[in-house]
Amino acid sequence: MVSFEFTVQDPNGLHARPAGLLIKEAMKCKSKVTLKKGEKTADAKRLFNVMAMGIKGGEIITAEVEGETETKDAETLKAFIEDNI
Amino acid sequence: MNSLTGKTVFAGIAIGRIKLHKKETGVVRRYKISDIPTELKRLETALDKTDGELEALYNKALSEVGESGADIFDVHRMMLKDQDYLDSINNIISGEKVNAEFAVAVTADNFAKMFSSMEDEYFKARAADIKDISERLISVLKGGAGADEASSEPVILAAEDLSPSETVQLDKSKILAFVTKYGSSNSHTAILARTMNIPALIGVDFDEEQTDGAQAIVDGIKGKLIIDPDGETLEKYKKLKQEEEEKARLLLEMKGKETVTKSGRKIRLYSNIGGTGDLPAVLENDAEGIGLFRSEFLYLEKDNYPTEEEQFDVYKTVVQAMAGKLVIIRTLDIGADKQIGYFDLEKEDNPAMGYRAIRICLDRPEIFKTQLRALYRASAYGNIGIMFPMIISVDEVKKIKEIAESVRAGLKADGISIGSVELGVMIETPAAVMISDDLAKEVDFFSIGTNDLTQYTLAIDRQNRRLDNIYDPHHPAILKMIKTVVDNAHKHDTWVGICGELGADLSLTETFVKMGIDELSVSPNFILPLRKTIINMQ
Repeated sequence: MVSFEFTVQDPNGLHARPAGLLIKEAMKCKSKVTLKKGEKTADAKRLFNVMAMGIKGGEIITAEVEGETETKDAETLKAFIEDNI
Repeated sequence: MNSLTGKTVFAGIAIGRIKLHKKETGVVRRYKISDIPTELKRLETALDKTDGELEALYNKALSEVGESGADIFDVHRMMLKDQDYLDSINNIISGEKVNAEFAVAVTADNFAKMFSSMEDEYFKARAADIKDISERLISVLKGGAGADEASSEPVILAAEDLSPSETVQLDKSKILAFVTKYGSSNSHTAILARTMNIPALIGVDFDEEQTDGAQAIVDGIKGKLIIDPDGETLEKYKKLKQEEEEKARLLLEMKGKETVTKSGRKIRLYSNIGGTGDLPAVLENDAEGIGLFRSEFLYLEKDNYPTEEEQFDVYKTVVQAMAGKLVIIRTLDIGADKQIGYFDLEKEDNPAMGYRAIRICLDRPEIFKTQLRALYRASAYGNIGIMFPMIISVDEVKKIKEIAESVRAGLKADGISIGSVELGVMIETPAAVMISDDLAKEVDFFSIGTNDLTQYTLAIDRQNRRLDNIYDPHHPAILKMIKTVVDNAHKHDTWVGICGELGADLSLTETFVKMGIDELSVSPNFILPLRKTIINMQ
């Protein structure tokens, strides 16, 4: 498993549109992607699951990537998140 | 006549008849089914069709309001395909052996509840998105087509609430304004109304019976819905509407243009603000910076001295909102005329000439230093100018600079990052005018406060109504003073602005530009008329 942290830049948090972007990108990965914020976790390929975490702007989120292509997937995701989320 | 209040989503005036928008009655019947696979297949077909409709809405929104407004339908399509959402619907159909419409309705309720129970207002508003896609899906399952608002004349559309898809489906040429009972300013409908430039009010508690078909005025500026207005009110609003339209035309014409005369002289056109609440107007009117941020409100609205942190937050917000444009903040400018309890200021016979502004700051440096620390810290986030009021001597300026430097050095020593900061003084006393030559050597900029300068120069109390007839803001003494200040400043490469009321006086704009004024700072609504005047000047 590979994991990395990121900070949500959008002041409104991970609401519908940015969550949608993230999910689209996660769907492209073969690996299983899990987002963690404290106790809460969500499958990054499920929109409502991610939105239900109620992630706010400025919060630090851990992404865990697990699967055969985890290293490559984690890199792609990380780059995407840094540019878009 | 009946006047109701609401919350403005998009300002503007609309006059017309109200049409009540009725939702399809969302009664979903529950009935048992025997053939589960057929029902699931029916659901699948409906999902495909709904997705197709959403795609069409996306394209419609894209061409009408652009990508930022259309995005929501893209998200709606993703919601519709969300695995948890689909699992829930499928499970209810298979588990309870009930019809798809009912399964969708139950699922929608559950998901909407999850969002409405969240703390964050923004997430709360997402419950409406779930209801919107679910209602569409149910309507497809029922075999109904989306209701179309057809009316011959443009109307003020009143509704309990409007979903994003309902909003975008409406024929904009037929809508003068939106009025809803519910909804939040974060709802997509609100966002769409803003993008479409349609006056919109939310949270208006209107009576359906009384409203439908009635003549009405939507005042998006004051947040009012006036039903059956009397003749006088109607006339007033017709005039106001014309003025608004003129303003909108100006906005379209002048926004984004450079403020430069025909002969190529560039004037900085900045805005005066009293707090963060003024920022939307500043941005909307395309101000090129902030020339006077009156920091008093930070002190006036508190029961105790605002902390460094509280001040820093506000300055940072303003600086970030202006995104690199210059933000000039005037340090505390209060006196006995603006009483603040915790300052313990003694009552004075002549507060205009009393213990005030920089005099308090230099006498109580701890208050001054707190503000300066907050300002220097905020400078890391953009471009800041600090301006000191009520200056009468070079000595004061030297003392101020010493204190500012010690604050700056202190922060630096603590490893706190600081941006570059311009320092300036207000020229609002005759003394400052007379020594402007020497003051210019000390600072980066001057800002002429014409209101106080006029009062002190003409020896006329601004509050004394009996003197109104001799109070002449165009008095040659004032104009000569401004000229003197500009000339003295330019000798030392100090730039000069005007932040008093005279700055917005269009009959003087040409005079000021010819004198060599570098900047004018005015209320947001004067920015564009001034730009137009300057652009048309030689």
